[in-house]
Amino acid sequence: MKIVFVAAAVLLVGLYPLVVRGPYPQHLMILVLLNALLGTAWNILGGFAGQISLGQATFFGAGAFTSTLLFQHAGVSPWLGLLAGAAVAAGLALVIGYPCFRLSGHYFAIATIAVGEIVGIVVTNWDFAGGAVGLFLPVEGESIGAFKFGDKLGYHYVIATLLGVSLALAAWLRRGRPGYYWRAIREDQAAARSVGVPATRYKQLAIAISAALTAMAGTFYAQYVLFIDPPSVLPLSLSIQICLVAVLGGAGTLLGPVLGALVLVPLSAATSVALGGSGRSLDLVVYGLLIMLIAAFEPAGLVGLARRLRGHPTR
Amino acid sequence: MTTAQVAQALVSGLLIGFVFALIAAGLTLIFGVMEIVNFAHGEFLMLSMYLSYFLHAGLGWDPIAALPVNAAALFALGVLVYYALIRRVLRAPMLAQIFATFGLGVFLQNAAQFLWRPDFRTLGDSWVTGRLAVAGVYVSGPQLAAAGGAVLTTGALWWLLSRTEVGRALLATAEDRHAASLMGINPDRMFALAWGLGAACVGVAGALLSTFYYVFPQVGSVFALIAFVAVALGGFGSVVGAFAGGVLIGVVESLAGVFVAPAIKNVFVFAIYLVVVLLRPRGLFGKL
Repeated sequence: MKIVFVAAAVLLVGLYPLVVRGPYPQHLMILVLLNALLGTAWNILGGFAGQISLGQATFFGAGAFTSTLLFQHAGVSPWLGLLAGAAVAAGLALVIGYPCFRLSGHYFAIATIAVGEIVGIVVTNWDFAGGAVGLFLPVEGESIGAFKFGDKLGYHYVIATLLGVSLALAAWLRRGRPGYYWRAIREDQAAARSVGVPATRYKQLAIAISAALTAMAGTFYAQYVLFIDPPSVLPLSLSIQICLVAVLGGAGTLLGPVLGALVLVPLSAATSVALGGSGRSLDLVVYGLLIMLIAAFEPAGLVGLARRLRGHPTR
Repeated sequence: MTTAQVAQALVSGLLIGFVFALIAAGLTLIFGVMEIVNFAHGEFLMLSMYLSYFLHAGLGWDPIAALPVNAAALFALGVLVYYALIRRVLRAPMLAQIFATFGLGVFLQNAAQFLWRPDFRTLGDSWVTGRLAVAGVYVSGPQLAAAGGAVLTTGALWWLLSRTEVGRALLATAEDRHAASLMGINPDRMFALAWGLGAACVGVAGALLSTFYYVFPQVGSVFALIAFVAVALGGFGSVVGAFAGGVLIGVVESLAGVFVAPAIKNVFVFAIYLVVVLLRPRGLFGKL
């Protein structure tokens, strides 16, 4: 049953850009996959291990800036940059995690905001990283080795592969020892420690993996859009959006973030197409209203709604 | 770097710090009573500033004179938000609570942009104008009035909480809502009161700020982020802590702006937060 579901999902995602030929629907699907990847990465830290991060943009930006700067200054292939960015972000995550994991609940969440804001301000005032102007990547020179594709197809398969690998990794981690340890830490850290769970080490594991995956998404974004600056890859609003994707879908469940991205990305696109033309942000009015309604009436996220519709209790 | 410069930076920082403190006090009151962070707090502030603006532009009411109107209007808004939205997420997970208020914030901010355009507005003239010079340190009238009003309001809130029957009932609810309800306190009404009072704090702060600060739809996020940090710095739920946190942040921001660089002054604000909570994981005055 599970294999049939996975095969159907792979087939659907694989065939989508071949069947749907319009550049805009293809672009939307790439955004869905990108957001699903970001949500899945957040979910490992926030959903599985229960450490609410509102600073994921730091890791996204670390990936985007590392790979772009390596390419611009040393001619390093963006594919290697993808891995280098992931390594830098994971290292940064461990440095952030070491002190911040002494905190819990809201104190931890606000600490991730504080770190994110500091990084954003520093990069904005750092000329080597493009400062407030940003960094441009060359438009020409299309080849797979240069992470450059003529149409959206290539980008679609790259991000779909990254998402697939991340989901497989998340599923594997969740089923194994880390998954049980994380759940124990999330439910009651003191109790988990008392039965011998090395809480700090496993929280560090969660943030490092989450950061590495988020950074890969950052490199993908830089290569896809070919322009990065602090307001596009490091803002607090991006951190919140990443969290939102996972939470609306269902934090802590494997497919929640995917579901969240599938609903949220088309929803925000549709409201901005239908209502955004006025330039007066009516789309965001509706968006805010919907977030409020889902949080108020379906606190377990869309996965909770789906479970209830199938007749299972939410918790 | 003269003594006068240091004194000037300290005084400016203190003045704006008192306003931060009042905004943070409202936030921490709501959190203390029911453990919910109001992510729409900045948008409440923004609405209060627009209220001052329109009362001034439409009816010619001075923001300082209309202060009780702002306080009452925001109190009503807080109570309304509690009954319409917050009551539904009282027992929900922390994340659902965050997004209920976050969604409210997005809604209010963009509704303001839709209705009133993204323009920056200023009030023009107000009762309080001009500036004072005391021993070479300049103090602008509106800022002095705002700081004074903020200190008085925060003090009144502290008095209400610690010296009155209603305040004791609020604190009892914060301590243990079940035990409080056994003592004949209706927790539901206390929660609504906390939301009303918390919002009334930013109602006052908004009126005070509107005499010298730009009014625009995103103005709330500038102050909300600082208020979150001030609250966490002082310890969630502690009014005294929020006051200390707000003042500390005002001074640090001002000193860093003068002596390092205005562009990176907030680095110091966030760094101070990290240093404090790493030494005291529940803030300066938080319950351990």
